[in-house]
Amino acid sequence: MAEILIDYVREEYEDAVLESHSRLGNDTVVVDKDAVPDVIQFLKDDDRCKMNLLRQISCVDYDNRHPRFEVVYVLYSLQHKHMLLVRAPVPEDDCEVPTISHLYRTAGWLEREVWDMYGVTFDGHPDLRRVMMYEEFEGHPLRKDYDKQDGQPRTEFLSRERDSVEEFNIYVKDRDAAGSRDE
Amino acid sequence: MAEDVSPTIDQDIHTEPMLLQMGPSHPATHGTVRFNLTMDGETIVKCDTEIGYLHRGFEKESEHSTWNQVFPYTDRLNYVSPLLNNFGYALAVEKLLELDVPPRCKWIRTLMGEISRLTDHLTATGASALELGAMSAFLYCIEGREILWDLVEQVTGARLTVSYGRVGGLRDDLPENFEEDWEYVRERLYEIHEEIRTLLSRNRIFLDRTQGTGAIDPETAIDWGFTGPILRSAGVDYDVRKDHPYFMYDEVDFDVPVGETGDNYDRYLVRLEEIIQSIRIIDQCLEKMEPGPVTADDPRVVLPEKDDVYNTIEGMINHFKLVFEGIQVPAGEVYSYTEGSNGELGFHIVSNGTGKPWKVGIRSPSMIHMGGIHELLEGGMLADIIPTFDTINMIGGECDK
Amino acid sequence: MPNWLAIILFLLVVLGAATGVISGAVWSAGFLPAMPGWLIILLKIGIIVFGFVMLVASLMTLVGDRKQSAKIQNRIGPNRATFFGQSLGGLPHFIADGIKMLFKEDIVPNGAHRTFHMVAPALIFIPALLGFSVIPFMDEYCSTGAPMVTPNYPFELCPNGEWLNYFQVIDLNSGMLFAFAIASIEVYGATIAGWAANNKYSLLGGMRSAAQMISYEVSLGLSLAGLLLIWGTLDLNEMVRLQGKLFAGWIPLWGIVIQPVAFFLFFLVGMAETKRPPFDQPEGESEIVAGYFTEYSSMKFAVIQLAEYVATVFLATLTAVFFLGGWQVPFLFADGFHFGGIGAQPDIALPYAVVIAMRIVAMLFKVLVVVWLQFMMRWTYPSFRYDQVMTMGWKIVLPLSLANFFVTAFIVLII
Repeated sequence: MAEILIDYVREEYEDAVLESHSRLGNDTVVVDKDAVPDVIQFLKDDDRCKMNLLRQISCVDYDNRHPRFEVVYVLYSLQHKHMLLVRAPVPEDDCEVPTISHLYRTAGWLEREVWDMYGVTFDGHPDLRRVMMYEEFEGHPLRKDYDKQDGQPRTEFLSRERDSVEEFNIYVKDRDAAGSRDE
Repeated sequence: MAEDVSPTIDQDIHTEPMLLQMGPSHPATHGTVRFNLTMDGETIVKCDTEIGYLHRGFEKESEHSTWNQVFPYTDRLNYVSPLLNNFGYALAVEKLLELDVPPRCKWIRTLMGEISRLTDHLTATGASALELGAMSAFLYCIEGREILWDLVEQVTGARLTVSYGRVGGLRDDLPENFEEDWEYVRERLYEIHEEIRTLLSRNRIFLDRTQGTGAIDPETAIDWGFTGPILRSAGVDYDVRKDHPYFMYDEVDFDVPVGETGDNYDRYLVRLEEIIQSIRIIDQCLEKMEPGPVTADDPRVVLPEKDDVYNTIEGMINHFKLVFEGIQVPAGEVYSYTEGSNGELGFHIVSNGTGKPWKVGIRSPSMIHMGGIHELLEGGMLADIIPTFDTINMIGGECDK
Repeated sequence: MPNWLAIILFLLVVLGAATGVISGAVWSAGFLPAMPGWLIILLKIGIIVFGFVMLVASLMTLVGDRKQSAKIQNRIGPNRATFFGQSLGGLPHFIADGIKMLFKEDIVPNGAHRTFHMVAPALIFIPALLGFSVIPFMDEYCSTGAPMVTPNYPFELCPNGEWLNYFQVIDLNSGMLFAFAIASIEVYGATIAGWAANNKYSLLGGMRSAAQMISYEVSLGLSLAGLLLIWGTLDLNEMVRLQGKLFAGWIPLWGIVIQPVAFFLFFLVGMAETKRPPFDQPEGESEIVAGYFTEYSSMKFAVIQLAEYVATVFLATLTAVFFLGGWQVPFLFADGFHFGGIGAQPDIALPYAVVIAMRIVAMLFKVLVVVWLQFMMRWTYPSFRYDQVMTMGWKIVLPLSLANFFVTAFIVLII
């Protein structure tokens, strides 16, 4: 659709771009994961790009490839009506990407979903907890090594009423198994 | 004077915010979602949304099914407009295959998609009327939905869980008496639309409840990722059917209603007008459709005719391989987006060359709206949650996948 | 038996019973002076409360709430409970529902205040019924059996006998005041019901209900102050008699004719008082599940529901008494119809017993019409938001009723 976008990114961030293609009509740039906020900020602010709608943040688990994960950002501009996919490969041992929740407010939930399903942490995210699974869930369901038939341990009966957001966060975030973030 | 008095009163009277949980099972939240509300009297100070009560592992299940076996899962995504999900997924896989479907198939997909959009808008309008107390309006909308479901049942065999789309085409062509039945449904839908309009659109009580509540301005809406009727009611003219047409949307003539203030009343009006526009599209589809095949002529993708399967060896082997191993989609990745009834429904599909998808990711509009709904609710009153939540129209199946 | 036959038989039975009761009442009027006073009052309470109020209230829960709404909404409504194999338009359902409610389990939530939980339904129900003690269903009965009709007010005189009070439980001089005082007690019932269950939703509903009812009570009284100025009496029976006056010889001076604004205000405010939709925020039905009666089950719930319908009927009877002429049939006086002014002889002569029967039927008919109207409003309109209800009560309805009062006072001064 708009391959010119790839050229804009390449000329600004030459060293961060690893690869780019336009297969099947989806223009894609593959960038280094630490350059992600800068590239996306450039794409959002620059007048030629003006990508003001973040459509999706998704993650793909390539099981037998290094780097294992690849986080995909789908950006769209309502003014110029062009779309760009920005991908960042994330290795398994360094499973962290800087957050873009300060650029788009919808990234808050989308990044929470990626953390919930794949276990990729977002550095600097204000509120990284599970969004679709319950808080005591162990593991990250959409990873390829999480078997479809896997079971979960029984949760204990909570003795206090979870009716305060602050108490709830404190109670859940301070426990060991909360969100399996320590694995 | 009154403004001077209140700060001193606030200092003397010790008040505490009340914590209220509008929990997952609540008559007003149709769809299971939980709001942890911190309230000061009746005003909402803070709202924390929790979803996931209907999570059924759609994406994980899709990775273990063949490409065509994913269609029943897509039915259950936005279960009030199942055909739109079906066709969105089919479009995405056909992009990966770089396969072009015959024109009649595209016409039928447009038509049935618009019928699903009608059912969704009727349900949303009716449910918002019901929650506000106008129960008769709800039942008129449900009558409209029932006659539409009769049509859908004639074509696909089921009212809700249709599984009508296939990669490379459709399950079957339209039945012969579809046009006559559509005539009756169309007249009745116009009557119902008129009844709802006269009951609600100028009703003082309805206006008081919906005007000015749940308002959002365009920049905030884009920032939170809202699309669909919500974004259009805020004044942004973005409709995937017009901006990036797919199927036969560039050959039919329809308008896109755009609101002004982004409050609940505008969303209701946008949906009401889109009902009329959808009926217009369906009429034009029926006029312009030519007879022809409804599935692509590609034996690697589409199942052969039953005649050939039972009587020739090539047909049988073809059928066997397609059913057991699935369609061999070349490796690649695509993000394809269509206009669902709530917003932009996107499918992010990765294939590794086998008969089963490697990843099927969904950009569900309802989940993104849930991410931003606390912006609309905070600062309003408890009673405003009802019309706001209804006009946002969160469908549980789509939100939690 | 075929459906139409069963319906006709059922209607005949009902009509026969009604005729029997009324004619028996009229016939035994001859014996009534001989009965002790307390027995007469018991009889009146029995007939009015059980025969009329409970019957209409329960029937309204079925016919108005379910069948009427079904007709509006293009569906059928309950038709499964049968009477000798016929569904009779769903009428056996109300007996079936009552019996079902009796057998349900009575749940008191953990942490609720048990005494108040038990007392609150009674606090709602009893004032609703008590209000009926001052409603006149017919004028007082002339003991000689034939009152004399005079051209001027009062139109009926009982020269040789005395007026006996058979159709009103108590004949209070300050009937209107009593009715409103009793209606104010209902506030306690709803608030206590909301607080007694250990539930934030119920508390919200109770608070909303208290504030709403108190706000609208002011307007309730004020909207009738105009009528008070014009008629100068608080006695309800006297008010109905005064509505028999004919203006220019042919317009009966009903309340709605001389105070149309007050009629609309009173009807609206009455619906807010009894928490009917569109003012049903305290009951929530959407955001606060069921408002102040969320935690009540079985008979307590049935009692509260019935109390709401009884209050609806009470409001309807008050409307009929104040504004629609009560038991007055236009142009009907004690000896027959006098069209075009009261001459010496009636245009259509009727015996006194028939006049009594017609007047009672007229009162019942007016009450039923107003109740039907309230149900139509319920099923058509959405509900107000709570702060809009309060805004309306204080900023719109109250000034309007005050304005009505001033204008009426001004006109009374001039005329």
